Amino acid sequence: MQLSKDGHRRRWNSKKTLAMLITWTIALLWAVPVFWALVASFRPASEPMGRGDVWFGSMLTLDNYIKAWSLAPFDRYFLNTVIIVSMILGVQLITITLAGFAFAHYEFHGRKILLFIILLQLMIPTTALLVPNFSTIRFLNLYDTRLAIAIPYFGSAFGAFLMRQAFLEVPHDLVDAGTIDGASWWQLLRHIYLPPTIPVLVAFGISSVAWHWNEFLWPLIITKSDAARPLTAGLVRFTQLGEIGAQWSLLSAATLIVAAPLFIAFLVFQRRFIESFVHSGLK
Amino acid sequence: MERSQTRKSTLPYLLILPTLFFVAIFTIWPTINSFYMSFFRQRLNLARFREPAFVGIENFVNLFSDPRFIQVLKNTIIYVIGTVPLAIFLAFVFAFLVNQRIRGVGLSRLSFFHPSILPMVSAATIWMFFLTPDYGIFNEALHFLGYRGPQNWTANPDLALISIMIVALWKNAGYYMIFYLAGMQNLPTEVFEAATLDGASTWQKLRYITFPLLRGTTLFITTIAIIGAFQTVDQIFVLTQGGPSGASTTLLYYLWQVRFEFQDVGKASAITVVLIVLLLSFTVTNFVLSERGRE
Repeated sequence: MQLSKDGHRRRWNSKKTLAMLITWTIALLWAVPVFWALVASFRPASEPMGRGDVWFGSMLTLDNYIKAWSLAPFDRYFLNTVIIVSMILGVQLITITLAGFAFAHYEFHGRKILLFIILLQLMIPTTALLVPNFSTIRFLNLYDTRLAIAIPYFGSAFGAFLMRQAFLEVPHDLVDAGTIDGASWWQLLRHIYLPPTIPVLVAFGISSVAWHWNEFLWPLIITKSDAARPLTAGLVRFTQLGEIGAQWSLLSAATLIVAAPLFIAFLVFQRRFIESFVHSGLK
Repeated sequence: MERSQTRKSTLPYLLILPTLFFVAIFTIWPTINSFYMSFFRQRLNLARFREPAFVGIENFVNLFSDPRFIQVLKNTIIYVIGTVPLAIFLAFVFAFLVNQRIRGVGLSRLSFFHPSILPMVSAATIWMFFLTPDYGIFNEALHFLGYRGPQNWTANPDLALISIMIVALWKNAGYYMIFYLAGMQNLPTEVFEAATLDGASTWQKLRYITFPLLRGTTLFITTIAIIGAFQTVDQIFVLTQGGPSGASTTLLYYLWQVRFEFQDVGKASAITVVLIVLLLSFTVTNFVLSERGRE
């Protein structure tokens, strides 16, 4: 009896060790690209890579970061990205809260059809509409501005829908009590609907920032100068500069400059990021 | 009294107005406009075609009789079929692995998920090195495993599209993983306990309990993966520029080329229409499937 129990346990343990080894191996392989980029970015540019010699050089240096920065205005790109992302988020938080509140709180004519029209944005992603939207931006005289990059995203069907669902979860009793007390729509929204739904707004905010930080195609076509260009479009321009070639340590540094701010935020707020991504996928 | 009632009835519309306004200008109008413009010939780089002229369905006829466009469609289908099922499979395996009660699960999760936080252009720039002939790490690894085929992935017509797909796979599998992981953590534990008592193996539990119960999650991931696949072009800009000779050009990249390199507005509008129709047919199919699953 004792023996069989022991044997069972040992088998279970070795199974667990095997599972652990498999998981660790795949996880390790998956991390190689970013890990390599990190190592390579500190490798002296004077030591070109070759077969079997692609990791550490003779010393660690910050020169690649300094040189990348001198070849392209990354501070400008960084500022542009931050402004674009904040602009989008700021406007979205207002528009989605108001629309979500209207759809959750009021009965009105055409409510269903209006919601459907807004939800069309989920079925036809803005990316697919870059050709006509480019004409609209030209028409509005916004070409090559930060506003042009941000403005198509000011209304978010997904966000409005997410907030509607969140507001519908707010207990009816609370809302009724507020209404009886004579609260205005603004007071209802501010004191009854918003407090319990702040986490949903935060989740939406994180995924909005992550998405627009990384966006590339639309900013690429709607900008022509460094004045409006964000980090992603700046990086691709950088990789295509004549003098870059196969200077991998320099390219790695530029790549990490572009990815680092969001990446560090992710490392610090890992759980919130992942929760937000799970939320935001649930369209 | 009357005034407050009027106010009450216009207020919800006012609250919706900002969202509706932007959706109208950047989703509804461009959709209608693309359909309209797809019936016109307009090329901005040729003086005599600069003004739009009505040509009926000529743009569509030209498109579908153009071998270049057929190749683009084929590439897009290969890209979707090659990345979506494999990414979902990997996502399921990853989720299963990091859902175990073993050491180092947190770090493993981080490792699988971190590529989704990177901009695609950064991921592609790193992979540009990995795919470098001779000393690129991907090629070195393949060589170690006994692969002796061509190494110039991004410049080889047979491999360029695959290299685009490899980057997407690496970047997206961890993103889809978190949906499976969330789903697995919400599964009823009693079912698994009962199955264990009945002597079910880990594989049997996965095959007959976990996977069927997560059918909804799989359907959902499939939808976002397919819609996402139609929209990925970033790595093409970094790695292959659609080449060599169109071998890695997908629909969205071709759309960009036609509009901004060839300056052909009519043709670009027709391609936009094709893209919209494809995307809509996927979302509608998925909606029908998920409604049926709910019954």
